[in-house]
Formats: sequence, C-alpha cells, structure tokens
Amino acid sequence: MISRIKTIALHTYKESVREKVLYNLVAFALLLIGAAVLFGSISLGISQMFLVNLGLSSISVFGLLMAIFIGIGLVSKEIERRTIYNILSKPVARFEFIIGKYLGLLLTLTINTAIMTVGFYAALFYIQRHLVLADWVPLQCIYFLLLEFAIVVGVALFFSCLSTPILSATFAFCVYVIGNFLSDIRGFGQESGSATLQKVTIVVSYLLPNFSNFETISRTAHGLPSPPYLVTANTCYALLYVTILVSASVLIFETREFR
Amino acid sequence: MLAVEITDLTKDYSVGFWRKRPRRALDHVSLQVEAGEVFGLLGPNGAGKTSTLKILLRLVFPTAGRARLLGYDLHDLRLHRQIGYLPENPYFYDHLTAEELLRYFGQLCGLQGPPLRRRVEALLEQVGLTDFRGVALRKFSKGMIQRVGIAQALVNDPQLVFLDEPMSGLDALGRRDVRNLILQLKAQGKTVFFSTHILPDAEALCDRVAVLHRGRLHGCGELRTLLQSRASAIEMVLENPTDEVLHALAPFCSSTVRTGARVRVTLPRESDVERCLEVVLRLRAKLISLNPVGMSLEDFFMAQVGTPAEHRGEPEPKGS
Amino acid sequence: MKPESSSLQSGQVARRLCALLILGAFAALWPLQRAINREREKLPPTAENLYFTSGHLLRRLSLGYNGLLADLYWTRAVQYYGRRRLAHAAHYPLLGNLLRIATDLDPHLLIAYRFGEIFLAEKSPEGAGEPEAALQLVRRGIVANPSYWRLWEDLGFIYYWDLKDYPMAARAFETGSERPGAYIWMKAMAAAVAARGGELSTSRLLWTEIYQTAQGKDVRASAVAHLIALDAAQQLSQLNQLVERYRQATGHWPRSFEDMITAGYLTSVPKDPTGVPYVLTPQGKVTLGPHSKVELSLLP
Repeated sequence: MISRIKTIALHTYKESVREKVLYNLVAFALLLIGAAVLFGSISLGISQMFLVNLGLSSISVFGLLMAIFIGIGLVSKEIERRTIYNILSKPVARFEFIIGKYLGLLLTLTINTAIMTVGFYAALFYIQRHLVLADWVPLQCIYFLLLEFAIVVGVALFFSCLSTPILSATFAFCVYVIGNFLSDIRGFGQESGSATLQKVTIVVSYLLPNFSNFETISRTAHGLPSPPYLVTANTCYALLYVTILVSASVLIFETREFR
Repeated sequence: MLAVEITDLTKDYSVGFWRKRPRRALDHVSLQVEAGEVFGLLGPNGAGKTSTLKILLRLVFPTAGRARLLGYDLHDLRLHRQIGYLPENPYFYDHLTAEELLRYFGQLCGLQGPPLRRRVEALLEQVGLTDFRGVALRKFSKGMIQRVGIAQALVNDPQLVFLDEPMSGLDALGRRDVRNLILQLKAQGKTVFFSTHILPDAEALCDRVAVLHRGRLHGCGELRTLLQSRASAIEMVLENPTDEVLHALAPFCSSTVRTGARVRVTLPRESDVERCLEVVLRLRAKLISLNPVGMSLEDFFMAQVGTPAEHRGEPEPKGS
Repeated sequence: MKPESSSLQSGQVARRLCALLILGAFAALWPLQRAINREREKLPPTAENLYFTSGHLLRRLSLGYNGLLADLYWTRAVQYYGRRRLAHAAHYPLLGNLLRIATDLDPHLLIAYRFGEIFLAEKSPEGAGEPEAALQLVRRGIVANPSYWRLWEDLGFIYYWDLKDYPMAARAFETGSERPGAYIWMKAMAAAVAARGGELSTSRLLWTEIYQTAQGKDVRASAVAHLIALDAAQQLSQLNQLVERYRQATGHWPRSFEDMITAGYLTSVPKDPTGVPYVLTPQGKVTLGPHSKVELSLLP
C-alpha cells in the first residue's frame, strides 16, 4: 500500500514538473521578488520590510494559484482523459490513488515553495549584504503558508472529486476567500444581534477552513515571530483539516462511477 | 475454474440534468467464461459491452446482480494482480514515454528493480515499440497508442485480459498484429475477454461469443454450435443451367441467385441433395461446387439484432 | 437484489473509516480553533494598515467592480468602527480614510456619507471627534449628489451640534430646503437656528422631527434619549428657578422638596422623565437622582 501510494505521489510530482505552467509561475514569482529588490533600493529605509512583505505575499499568491490549479487539474484530468481507468484496473485501491495524488501535489508545492524561499533569501541577502539570526522569522511565516497550501490543495482535491474543473476551481477559490474572512464573518454575526445569525456564523466559522490562523505576513514584516504554541496549534489544525478533506475526497471517490 | 462469472447483472444509469430518469444499460445479463478461452462480447454500439467491462473493472457499480473474476470478488486487490485491461480508445499521460508509462504501471503492480526492467523490455519487444521507447506518448499515432495500451494491460503478466474494442481505429496491419497477440495469449493459456462490433475479428479469434443488444443477452455459446444450431443449408453452384434444370430443381430449393453465368441454388434440406444431383446429372448441367454452408456470424447477428426488442416474455437464451 | 457481500464490505470499511475520521477531526478542530483564537487575541496588535490610501487608484485597480468594492470598503468602515467601539478604543484613525475610499469608489454611496458623517463627527469615544473631516465628507457628497437635500441637512447638523457655528448651520438648512423634495421643516429649522441658535426648544423640534422620520431603531432610540435629556434639562431649569424664588421669598435655601411643597411651590416631589426623583442639594441646587437614566451629557 505504502509503495503504491509513493509511486502515485512521485508520478504526480513528475507530471506537474513536466507541466510548463509551474515553471512560468516560479519564474514570475522570482521576477516579482526582483521587482521588490528594485523598489526597495529606491525607497530607502523601509526596503527590508517592503521586501519581506512583497516576497512573502508573492510566495503566498503563487503558491495558492498553483495549489488550486494544479490540485484541480491533476485529478480531474485523470478522470476526463480516462487515465484513471488504467490506474484502477491495476491493484490500486481508490483511497490509495487519492492519498497518493494528494501527497504528490503537496510534494510539488513544497519543492516549489522551497525554490521561492531560496529566491526570497537571496533577495534579502542582496539588500542587507548579510543575513543575521533574526532573519529566520520569515521562515516561520513560510511554514505557515505551506500549511495553508496543504489545506488549499485538499480543498482543490475535494472539489475535483466532486465536480468539473472550472467549477472546482471556482469553488476552491471561494472557499479560500471565505476562509480568509471567517473571523470577520463571525464578528459580523456577533454585531448583528440576531441569535440565529450569530449561531450560523459561528458554525460556519468552525466548519470552513480558517485561513486567518496562518496570517502572519504583516507581523513577520515587523520582525515579530509567532509564539511556539501557535506553531504547534496551527500544525495540528492543518493536519486535522487535511485529514477531513482527504477523507471526504476518498468518501466521494469510493462511490464515484466513471462512465 | 471459471474466469468470468456474471449472474443477473443489471445496470441503470440515471440520465437527465434535473429530473433523473433511469436508463437501463444492462438487463439481467448472465454469462460464464472458462479459463483459457478467448471470449468475444459482440453487439452494436451502445449495446452494453463497455458497461459490462466497466462493472467487471469496478469503474461503475452494478445496480443489481453479481460478478466474480477468477473466483475473486471484484473489489479484491488480489484479483487485480491477475487481470489486465485495455480501455476503449485509451489515452495515456502525454508527458511520459512508452517506457516510463510501462514502468509506472509496473510499479503499481508491485514490480521493481531488475524484474520490472526485464518485464518492460519484454513488453516493448512484444508489441514492437522497442525503437520508440524514449518517445513522448504525445507523438504517438493511434495504432502505437493502442499497442502501448495492450502492453500496459499485460504488464503484470495477467491470467485474464479484458480488451475493449482492441481493433478499433487500427489499420489492417495493426489489426493483424492485435489478432496475433490475442492468439499468442491464448497459446500461453490466458483467458481473453474482448468486446468488439467487428464480426470478422470475433469469427477469427473467439472460442465462444455472447451477443448483446440493448443491454440484453441474445445468445451465448460456441461459435460453431451457435451458428449451426440456428440454420444450415447446402449451396450448389451451377454454370449456365438451362431453364429446364432450374425448373426441375425448383421444388427442392429455397432460393436461386443468378450472378452472371453462374446460379447459386440453396437447398435447405440435406436429404434433397441426392435427388438434386440426379437431376443435374440427368440433364447434364455443369456443376461448379456443392458445399454445406453454416449461417455466418453476421447472419446470426443480424437475425438477433434485427428482432424487435419488445419480446419481453421470451425467455433469455442462457450461456452454455 | 442483495449486494455482493464481501465486495461492499471492503468499500464500506473504507467509507466508515473516512466518516469516522471526518467527525473525529471536526470534533478536535472545535477546541483547537478556540485555543488558536484565544492565542491570537493575546498577540500584540501590529499597526493596522491601509494598503491603499487612494480611492481613485483603487478604482482603476478594481477593473470595473468599483461598486462592489465600495460596498466592501463601506462594510469595512462599519466593522472597523464597530470593532474599535466594542474594544473601547477612543480613537478611529483609519475611519476617515476608509470612508473617503468608499465614497471615491462609488460617489453615489449616500449611506456612506450620511452615517459616516455621524461616526466621524461624534465626540470621542462615540465617534472619531473629527467634525472637520465629517464636513469634508459631506461636502464631497454634495458635490457628487447636488440634488440630494438630506446631505445639506447633515451639513447643517454638523455646524449646529459639533461646530456650534449657527449662522453656517442656518445657511446649510436654508440651501437644503431649496433642493427638490426637501421637507418643509428644513426652512423652519433654518429660521429657528438663525434666530435662537443653541436654545433647547430648537433641539426639541429637531429631535422630534428625527424621531418621526428616522427608520432605524437605533436612531429612534437615540432621538428618544435626546428628547428625554431635553425634557430633563428644561425641568431642571424650571425647578432651579422655583428654588431661587423660594429663597427670595424666605431668605434661605429649602432643605428639601417637602419644604417647597408645604410652601405651596410644588404639589409633589418632582421626578425626571424616566421616573427617578430629582435631588435637592444643601446648596439649593436641583440635580438628577443618583440612579437616573437621563443622559444630560448628550446635550451640547
């Protein structure tokens, strides 16, 4: 079972690497960081903060785009092009396929984020001419971003087991946007004064993935690390939520018919 | 041991966007395939051939009925180590080469290291793609893709191979290759279960066939018995027979067809042959040939498919 | 038809396991999310940031969705106000900017002018205490919506309440009264403000009008509170006059309301509009009872 999951994961990684889209996005992110370096050198004084803000934001944006589009593309393409027929005729259980796909996508994103991180630190070094110990703080933020990507890929996977690629992308994007506003939505429910609305918003805010848990870019730009407790809690949160999403995907995929 | 055992298999698809209506794709189909047989599932497009195969490969789930392969339950992964499947109009990952694809599927079947390499080599050799092993599949022609598809179906050296329309879209040469491949598999003692709507292929290859039409089984059995049991006749071909000859033969023959100088006379009863020959000798007509003819598969097929599907009360012909 | 026994069993096991995992994970998520919320609240807040300070720039970037974006910014302004209000923060540094961006994005977003103006002009802690900014906001609203008379009314109120500039207030009411559809009392208001700016009776007139026309429950409640305060203020001034008359007649301050009742100045112990008795101090000053709900601080 483990070896089959590994095989599928590695194949998924290979496939996404051979998709040219990935390179374009990476190149684009690197370009953006290059722009940060340029702008940073023009506006003196805050160049470092600006670079951290822009660099982390672009890692986040590109990671998310990749998570959604590759996440959806790679599974629904297997169904659409009927390559799934061949996989399932082999001694592969459906849940192995889903878990393998998920891990492959995660591997892709991790490697991709690692490349962007290297680019980011290169730019930081370029601006500061040296790196000090305190510069580890963005790494924590990138770790949080990675946890966020892990959930987004899960969301994309879940929807692609359920629907067509375009709809899946739309849904996944909506979930991401709503997930970012969950604390606002809960606040809105509390301020509305209606008990029902309040309850509904609270339930929704626990049910949907809460991406504002991982929101540390602006704190990081000010050089403020998050406490270790939050790192542990966020890791657990991501693990639990990924478990939910992958299980739900398996649940759907187990009963899905391929006509 | 039975390689394929299908009992009362029924499949309804729901169609329609808003109001789902069931559409019956398979209607209480039962058939059995012995190990070592080459079995053909025949029927026009939309007869339920692909549905049957998809149920057997757990791509769709039956509405009712049961099926077992090689004595295993369909969901038993031990079963999947022993079967291979070529889907209809297969498609494979564009970005891989033939070799990579076979390695991937081989790994999924649990092969690795030197045995995997040897197996991939052997398969590429078998389907004649050794020279194209490093070419990306997006550059492959339809026929080459079909060969890759067959190779991947055989990657785990399966006991039972399912081929869905293996000859479709191939040129004459490609079809001959696929036929030879199936015969090779038979010689190795494998069971081959394939679907086709091309009858000569089935005639050339199959030990037994089943005919599906609109989801119902319209006959299943050994090709020869299936055809002979239905009808047989003697065909007599004469050259330039006089009207007198034809007149004398008229009481015995069911049809006379004139093609240029020759006339083909069909005699439905074997017992009449002697008397007809007497007539021919007596009137000195020129006899070209005298042959017993079985019903061709095509005739049988047409006879079955041509029957209106309304005869619901008629008992289903069951497999042998 | 009985389903294939063992086949569905293996599928069923997987499905049950998944369902169980989902439920279990959600059950664990609930306390975890609460813990994360608590932990995040403990974090020292970083300075709040407005990434965009120009509504016009944002309008270009909004790709034609400026109406939607304006609504978003208006909502953000309301939430910003509400959240800080709940947190008892006395300052609203971003409020003016948020409102400006919202109205830049959609110059016809009347609600943003009308209520934004109130949030901005109100004295701290109820509002930002920036009447000048409120004035600017309303002025921009008037430029974009010249025929809408309510904005003139709002302008008049800012001058009247917050800036105490009665002549300007009167001029605003008067200009507004000339706009199509303006209520007739705008003229009366202008006249009243011009003639007797700052008197309690004018206030009563205004708040009564607001009470009668306002649709929002909160606004009406506020009007009632204002009217009660006005009544109490009027009663207080009358009572103090009575006390003064008593002193002039007897030569000493009354020690209690009973003294005044026996002297025939009052028929009973006076109560404020919320029913709480007034208090007479030894210095001869009438004040609200200690538990009175009247908010005299609402008055200018």
